[in-house]
Amino acid sequence: MKSWKKFLGVSLMALSLAITAGCGENSAMSGGSSSASGDTVKVGLLHSLSGTMAISETSVRDAEKLAIQEINDQGGVLGKKIEIVEEDGASDPQIFAEKAKKLLMNDKVATIFGCWTSASRKAVKPVVEGANGLLWYPTQYEGMEQSKNIMYMGAAPNQQIVPAIEYLLKNGRKKMFLVGSDYVFPQTANRIIKAQLKAAGGEVVGEEYTPMGYTDYATIISKIKAANPDVIVNTLNGDSNVAFFKQLKDAGVTAETCPVMSFSIAEEEIKGIGAQNIAGDLVSWDYYQTTKTPANEKFVAAYKKAYGDDRVTDDPIEAAYDAVYLWKAAVEKAGSFDVDKVRAAAGGTSFDAPEGTVKIDGDNQHLYKYVRIGKVNANGLIDEISATDPIKPDPFLKSYPWAEGLSAGSN
Amino acid sequence: MDILTILFNGLSLSSILLLAALGLAITFGLMGIINMAHGEFIMVGAYTTYVVQGILMPALGDGYFFCSILLSFLAAAAFGMLLEVTVIRRLYGRPTDSLLATWGVSLVLQQLARSIFGAPNVNVVAPSFLGGSLTLLGVSMSYKRLFIIGLVLLCLLAVWAFLYHTNFGRKTRACIQNRDMAQCLGIRSKRIDCLTFALGSGLAGIAGCALTLLGSIGPTLGQNYIVDTFMVVVLGGVGKLIGSISGALIIGIASTVFEVGSTASIAKAAVLFLVILFLQKKPQGLFALRSRSLD
Amino acid sequence: MDIKYWLQDKKNLVFLALVAVLLAMPFVLSLFRLTLLGKFICYAIVALGIDLIWGYTGILSLGHGVFFGLGAYAMAMYLKLEACGSALPEFMVTGGLTSLPAFWKPFASFPLAMLAVAGLPLLLALIVGFATFKNRIKGVYFSILSQALAWAFVTIFIGMQAYTGGSNGITGFTTLLGIQLQNPMNLVSFYYFAVAMLVLVYIFCTWLMSRGIGKILIAIRDGENRTYFTGYDSSKYKTFIYCISAVITGVAGAIYVLFAGMISPKELDIAFSVEMVIWVAVGGRGTLIGAVIGALLVNAMKTGISETMPDMWLYFIGMLFVLVVLFMPKGLTGVFVKLYERGKERFPAVRLPFGRRRSASMRGKGAIS
Repeated sequence: MKSWKKFLGVSLMALSLAITAGCGENSAMSGGSSSASGDTVKVGLLHSLSGTMAISETSVRDAEKLAIQEINDQGGVLGKKIEIVEEDGASDPQIFAEKAKKLLMNDKVATIFGCWTSASRKAVKPVVEGANGLLWYPTQYEGMEQSKNIMYMGAAPNQQIVPAIEYLLKNGRKKMFLVGSDYVFPQTANRIIKAQLKAAGGEVVGEEYTPMGYTDYATIISKIKAANPDVIVNTLNGDSNVAFFKQLKDAGVTAETCPVMSFSIAEEEIKGIGAQNIAGDLVSWDYYQTTKTPANEKFVAAYKKAYGDDRVTDDPIEAAYDAVYLWKAAVEKAGSFDVDKVRAAAGGTSFDAPEGTVKIDGDNQHLYKYVRIGKVNANGLIDEISATDPIKPDPFLKSYPWAEGLSAGSN
Repeated sequence: MDILTILFNGLSLSSILLLAALGLAITFGLMGIINMAHGEFIMVGAYTTYVVQGILMPALGDGYFFCSILLSFLAAAAFGMLLEVTVIRRLYGRPTDSLLATWGVSLVLQQLARSIFGAPNVNVVAPSFLGGSLTLLGVSMSYKRLFIIGLVLLCLLAVWAFLYHTNFGRKTRACIQNRDMAQCLGIRSKRIDCLTFALGSGLAGIAGCALTLLGSIGPTLGQNYIVDTFMVVVLGGVGKLIGSISGALIIGIASTVFEVGSTASIAKAAVLFLVILFLQKKPQGLFALRSRSLD
Repeated sequence: MDIKYWLQDKKNLVFLALVAVLLAMPFVLSLFRLTLLGKFICYAIVALGIDLIWGYTGILSLGHGVFFGLGAYAMAMYLKLEACGSALPEFMVTGGLTSLPAFWKPFASFPLAMLAVAGLPLLLALIVGFATFKNRIKGVYFSILSQALAWAFVTIFIGMQAYTGGSNGITGFTTLLGIQLQNPMNLVSFYYFAVAMLVLVYIFCTWLMSRGIGKILIAIRDGENRTYFTGYDSSKYKTFIYCISAVITGVAGAIYVLFAGMISPKELDIAFSVEMVIWVAVGGRGTLIGAVIGALLVNAMKTGISETMPDMWLYFIGMLFVLVVLFMPKGLTGVFVKLYERGKERFPAVRLPFGRRRSASMRGKGAIS
């Protein structure tokens, strides 16, 4: 039958086309092999450049690029220049997983710097574990996790949340109202806070969660005023913060009578909220643009020179910058780009970071970090009002008796 | 929480929803165009306010805000007109197609905002005379919320006066009720369509300007409102302003009451389910435009 | 269905050629690309489901992500329980649960989970479809309702963190019935399984549309009231096809989880649901081959563009929406059919290979437009 001949022809043609198109890639049947060599080393940057999270993640990406640029100017790592492979996670965990797979399997990058939300990290985790990659994660997070294929550059709960609550209690603010977005970090953070308050004699007078993109806080603010707390503990995320602070200030809740302690607001977010709406409120991070170290002066100047005077630096930006340098230090210590060797060498590696000297804890791959409580000033920057020496990371809060049961049975 | 506070919060939420949905009530309700880019016109209004603030605030102080209301209207209306001429005009009578095309437009506008203003939120400083709140009968009412309630009443009045007391409005209604007949009588329906669509878009711009008082200004601003505004118009019934008003009131007050008793997430989902259920009972919404025609 | 008759439709031959190419792909593509293509094939199956209700019946659903998500979550819940063994999934622990919630328990069994993959979408579609179509909610009202439904589901899935994994979704599976998911050979087998499902669903759809019911559905699309007055209860037919579409979408979602290795509420979202519609629109609504090609093509472009210039993707997909709707209402298939017909007119002497007689669906096509 004629049609069969034609059909065969078409399929053969399409097949040959496909084969030419697929040339150069190792097929699934033959299996992948060998990583790229030469005088460059590839690293992956994986952040959301589109979607709701682009707001925060683009500047983190910028910081990573800045560090890579600086390292390349100084001659690279182990004599090799760093080559960037950039992917867009599009604020979608599933795309993060897919792109991480691409970076590891197709581009064969030596390491990945990326992610922001817990959701994206959880999505990438099985991928880096499966392909034995290495992810450097720049943000503070809810803890209760440890993967041998992830380096956690942000604060663990005992480096941000726990000391902040201790600070509030010490200052006599015992009645707390918890407000957060309805997702994983706020809910886990608030469970930690509730356990801590129960042990330390504080009181939770209200707990509210709002969906992503929520914009009308009238009812929640009325609930806050009715509960009359000493302090509002805020784990809202993204756009919701802007609406919350604008509406809170109009309702007459001032920083003097009832300050807000926020865990997801840094200098970058304050620009969108407006300094006048948040001045006087409290935050808890490991680094501020105003942190006084020689390394920070250089870092802020370089960042502004590269991206414009109106840009600000903040904690996740600094952590992302540190990540690149820590990776470099670990690679140089290991004398190799091999993930297993880098991981083995990483423990104890330190870097003279803008926040002070940070060190990787070999046990759990988190960082020893300084904890700083800050107060937002009228210029939209944050002034440090209390600081600690470097604190050992404790993602599962094992050193706190009250935290028993928070992480029971988790893997 | 006392009942008056709940009532005021509900009323305030209703006014915000109505302001955001008013433009949609015109483009969807009257013209039958599903404009998924409506949220992005709100965003255009918000960014216009941001730009106007940068230029005029040093000279005019707080007065810039009144200029920006006007300019937000004009900017969004201009975008609307452009969209009508290039895309919508070809899609009258193909509502599902107009839905898809305007969805595409909304994606482009979002990315455009990101390219021009950057991904992070920008900040608009609210005029100082709108700061603080008024306490009456134990209810604390912020001036911004009162201002928005006033603004939405003004817009309603203007739209009503326009539709029912101007020559142009009469022609608009004629086109809506019977396009062919209106054309036979010498009404240039294309021009009417274009201007009506621009009016609806312009109202979205005003909403965007007002929303800078309460919320964030970023590329995804419009996405926060799009589902809610459509629910307002559909619940109220397409084709009548009174429908949109009651739709906004019901959704606004119901959301607030649910939220008092439960959480914001549950309230949101519950209101959506209730509207869906209600529409099973009255598919045409609260106030249906009576018609004998089928399809 | 007469196989000879089926083969006479050039569109089906194009489909077979496409399948031949897909079958060869494991020998050509890298493992990562193959997994990606596996996902696209799931999307193509979804596109078939969308085409049934939109292209053939004229119902525009902007909430099909919910069905995709239900199927995918059912699968993911099973995989998660298998991965956890006797332990509680970690998001339940951080969410404060101490024992497995009752509604999770059936998902420990593979047959029950597979039943849920098809059953949950079916059940929801039955409820939604029966109510809305019976009440004569149609056109854009249905679209808006389906969108609100998706929105409500996303809010619930994100809000119930301890039960659904919240915005993180469900991740971290390792095995399916003891088979390693990450193992290359197993992924290739999953890939072939997905291709087989695509073929099955495609044949099922062509069969369904060649029956009387296909014609009635087209009649409903082109003039619902007339069909109704002719004596066909249109709401029953619409509910039926809506359920079929939901099941197809749910099954695709379940297979998708094998390739993606996770599921999150993003895959229930409105944006994703609208994207499904655009695949069909680009390929050509009302032709099954168009839906398949559209899904593969748009997603291939999405990957290509977002890898080379991430910022451009939204501009591109946005413009694609507008241009396709304005200038190619019948999508790529429409363009090709037009070119083919024009070629036949211009060179009537040349007898085109299988141009002996216009096949049934081609004749149907004439009636549609």
